[in-house]
Amino acid sequence: MHFPRRLINQPIVCGLVKSFGLEFNILKASVTPKEEGLMVLELSGGEDSLDGGLAYLRKAGVQVQPLSQDIVRDDTRCTHCGACTSACPAGALEMDRNTMKVIFDNEKCIACELCIKACPTRAMELNF
Amino acid sequence: MSKTIASINEKIANGTVVVVTAEEIIDLVAEKGLKKAAEEVDVVTTGTFGPMCSSGAYLNIGHSKPRIKLGGGRTTLNGVPAHTGLAAVDLYIGATAIPDEDPRNSAGVGDFAYGGGHVIEDLVAGKDVKLVASAYGTDCYPRRKLETWINIKDINEAVLFNPRNAYQNYNCAVNLSDKVIHTYMGTLKPRLGNANYCSAGQLSPLLNDPLYKTIGLGTRLFFGGGVGYVVWHGTQHNPGVKRGDNGVPRVPAGTLALLGDIKQMKREWLLGASFQGYGATLTVGVGIPIPILNEDICRHTAVRDSELFAPIVDYSSTYPERKPDTLGEVSYAQLKTGQITVNGQAVPTAPLSSYSKALEIAAQLKDWIKTGRFLLTQPVAGLPGADSGYAFRPLAEKAIV
Repeated sequence: MHFPRRLINQPIVCGLVKSFGLEFNILKASVTPKEEGLMVLELSGGEDSLDGGLAYLRKAGVQVQPLSQDIVRDDTRCTHCGACTSACPAGALEMDRNTMKVIFDNEKCIACELCIKACPTRAMELNF
Repeated sequence: MSKTIASINEKIANGTVVVVTAEEIIDLVAEKGLKKAAEEVDVVTTGTFGPMCSSGAYLNIGHSKPRIKLGGGRTTLNGVPAHTGLAAVDLYIGATAIPDEDPRNSAGVGDFAYGGGHVIEDLVAGKDVKLVASAYGTDCYPRRKLETWINIKDINEAVLFNPRNAYQNYNCAVNLSDKVIHTYMGTLKPRLGNANYCSAGQLSPLLNDPLYKTIGLGTRLFFGGGVGYVVWHGTQHNPGVKRGDNGVPRVPAGTLALLGDIKQMKREWLLGASFQGYGATLTVGVGIPIPILNEDICRHTAVRDSELFAPIVDYSSTYPERKPDTLGEVSYAQLKTGQITVNGQAVPTAPLSSYSKALEIAAQLKDWIKTGRFLLTQPVAGLPGADSGYAFRPLAEKAIV
């Protein structure tokens, strides 16, 4: 979920519980004043409730994107410098200290997209 | 028998040359001792692969019919402005140039997705690049508009001419402030959230020849996957700084101006790069051979990451305000572990310069020399040395009344 700046102060996620009875588990949240917010949520509930909840989020102006949208690495652009490793909050991008190459573990990736702009050669891409 | 560049080149020609990388020489000296290693090894190869902003290319695109004088006019390459203050069809495209339409940092933290570095990458990759030019027109150069695709294989010259590359040592950047900052050293998280550094350390060319005993004007080198030369000391060359007992600078010091034919280069070693909130640049691969002429030179090449130190600098205030203070020093061995301690706090580190690619460059250069494809050169002049008095001066501003 991407929150535009104007929604940062509003209790958006609360509505998912109150109006749609959805359960949520926050996998990652980065919502800071005056900046765009980003949150990765695991949602559980009935299909209708889920559809309703997602429609509610979109209507409120939140950009919603399923996590199945993968981050991939373009190996022709990756220089294995390591700049991405300080941006990745999930430990999916880490230096192998022996080879000094960057290991990308897709299983650990939470698709937060922070690596995309942290990479100087833009080797990390969102795969729709 | 003492070695010379000429005697090493003879060995390269007859296939008996002994070449090792700047990583391999470390263990070799530890195993065999300095004297024996210096006798056996002829060349040590170094490498570095990192973003180097003071880079750019000059091009001669050939004359259109009728002729146009780009000089004094305006030319863009894929929308990126090129410098036209040269003769009719010569251009210089700098790595950090960005399109006029790029919002820069005016609409939040800028992306700088495409700039001069990317134009150079596209040229090297053999892609067509769109040239759009307007000129004022003269009797001998009447044309005022030109729009055409250009390709590196068709234009006359494409020469990478970088005024400052291969910095001898560099800062380790941190952020002491309470907000995220976006710098040429990457994104730095508040309150010492991370530390970024940018040097190949024990593989870095000038850290292996700290007193410039072999690298000088005319030194032939690996440059962007092709061959280039040292053509001058780099801008901001600052040899007189504080050095350790091993002669190695403890702060950023020497630099090199490099030149080479882009037509021989490879995209793999010349990649456009974007630093969020900072700008566009070019990632450049450089590898320099060091002839082992004596034990002293050999000893310098055997330097290891634990003996090389970078100053820790705050980029939220100290750097922008040009204050002299640092937060201490840290060895490259420590930086490479992924964590350092600053002001008593554990701080995760990340490199911006690729060690593994630097190693590939050193290995490739070693292969070129071993297979006789690359001969060493005798410098025609040295670089300003540690005792030369040559220094990097700040700007003394003078009021314009």
